[in-house]
Amino acid sequence: MAISSTNQTSWWKRCKTWFHRWGSPAWFYRVSGRLIPWLWCGFFLLAIPGLIWGLFIAPPDYLQGNSYRIIFIHVPSAWQSMLIFAIMAVLALIGIVWRIRVAETLAMCCAPIGAAFTVITLATGSLWGKPTWGTYWQWDGRMTSELVLLFLYLGVIGLHQAIDEPRRAARAAGLLALVGVVNLPIIHYSVEWWTTLHQGTTVSLMGESSIDPSMLWPLLLMVLAVKLYFGANLLTRTRNALLVQDRDKNWVREMVSST
Amino acid sequence: MSMLHIALHDLKLAFRQRTEWFQPLWFLLLVVALFPLGIGPQPALLSQIAAGVIWIAALLASMLSLESLFREDANNGRLEQWLLLDTSLPALAGGRMLAHWLVTGLPVILISPLLATWMQLPATAHGVLLITLLLGTPTLSLLGGLGAALTLGSRQGGMLLALLIAPLSVPTLVFATSAVSDTAAGYQAQTQLLILAAILLFAITLVPFAIAAALRIYLQE
Repeated sequence: MAISSTNQTSWWKRCKTWFHRWGSPAWFYRVSGRLIPWLWCGFFLLAIPGLIWGLFIAPPDYLQGNSYRIIFIHVPSAWQSMLIFAIMAVLALIGIVWRIRVAETLAMCCAPIGAAFTVITLATGSLWGKPTWGTYWQWDGRMTSELVLLFLYLGVIGLHQAIDEPRRAARAAGLLALVGVVNLPIIHYSVEWWTTLHQGTTVSLMGESSIDPSMLWPLLLMVLAVKLYFGANLLTRTRNALLVQDRDKNWVREMVSST
Repeated sequence: MSMLHIALHDLKLAFRQRTEWFQPLWFLLLVVALFPLGIGPQPALLSQIAAGVIWIAALLASMLSLESLFREDANNGRLEQWLLLDTSLPALAGGRMLAHWLVTGLPVILISPLLATWMQLPATAHGVLLITLLLGTPTLSLLGGLGAALTLGSRQGGMLLALLIAPLSVPTLVFATSAVSDTAAGYQAQTQLLILAAILLFAITLVPFAIAAALRIYLQE
């Protein structure tokens, strides 16, 4: 018993040390640099077949014809835009509670990517709206929440840029992200208050989805591809931000002098 | 020094410098008066948009006085003193927000019958407008306090502050205006009022802690 318990603690300790290592900018820079090429590879391996399948091979919709094909961009970026806000809030919480600089930096690097996905979602959505609903913009529930989401992202980015002292900026903007994530469900349901002309959800994880498998598979490929793209982009941005923050530190000097 | 001390102290200051509570009120009257001038005085049109106009004007007016909320205390070191007090920081922040609401929110509520008359809101909806303002403006004050605390360390406070808190006040705006227009159209608005009350309770419980966290971040504590 005694042996197994010490084994367990050493295993647990190793896990903890491994996890804590990510808090060190030097370690993060090195390991993420090795990860990024793989993420890009995965992204291209999924996105190229996904796009070809979705845009050329999948059958046209019986009602919407070919215009529905924008779904392969629209839906992955819409999901990603919301997921990134949640990831940003979790990272910000870690940064604020345990004061880990890498987590703060990661959270702040999430914001521009999330804002970009939100813009893509709004743009593709309104392009899709023209042929199917007959209008580029309608104040319907989901479109309006997405717009508010964009404003929240812009708020986080704006606050981060307005404060000169970098760590104070990251923590204040992180706190705003946390407040935003608590508010988002309330905003979402308040905006849903007006009944909408947005089509109902067609893909669901639980139970039958109402989308045909020939359209579902390329969509899933694109959803995964977008996640890998986010990972690669986030790590690249964070590496750059850490380099700038630590430009006077030894690990950066050693790295620069060795290359 | 307790929560009430802070509130009383702020109230005393506010009544010595009349501009602090008078100017937002003046702004509110002016903005609401601009709408009939801008879109024409037809009573049917005005009464239809009355709820939205009054509420948006109230939202804008509540943002006016926010920038100075913690700025002066941050500059003269009083904020550091707050940390040393026995009273917890969220309670002190709550006291300040209470005073802020009494100075800027309450006058808006008192003057709202005049605004409703200007905007030709049906008399049946005046009471509900009053209730939505009573339930909604404290939420706006609290969110504004959070914005003020977050932007303390920034260079351009005022504009950024408005950009940060406007998206957060969307739920209050949606439910308040829909309560007023539903009542004006002859429906019951109890649901919206209850949700407004729920949002207010949620804000009173949590926002003072968020304000305290933001102040601590500013003080690098």
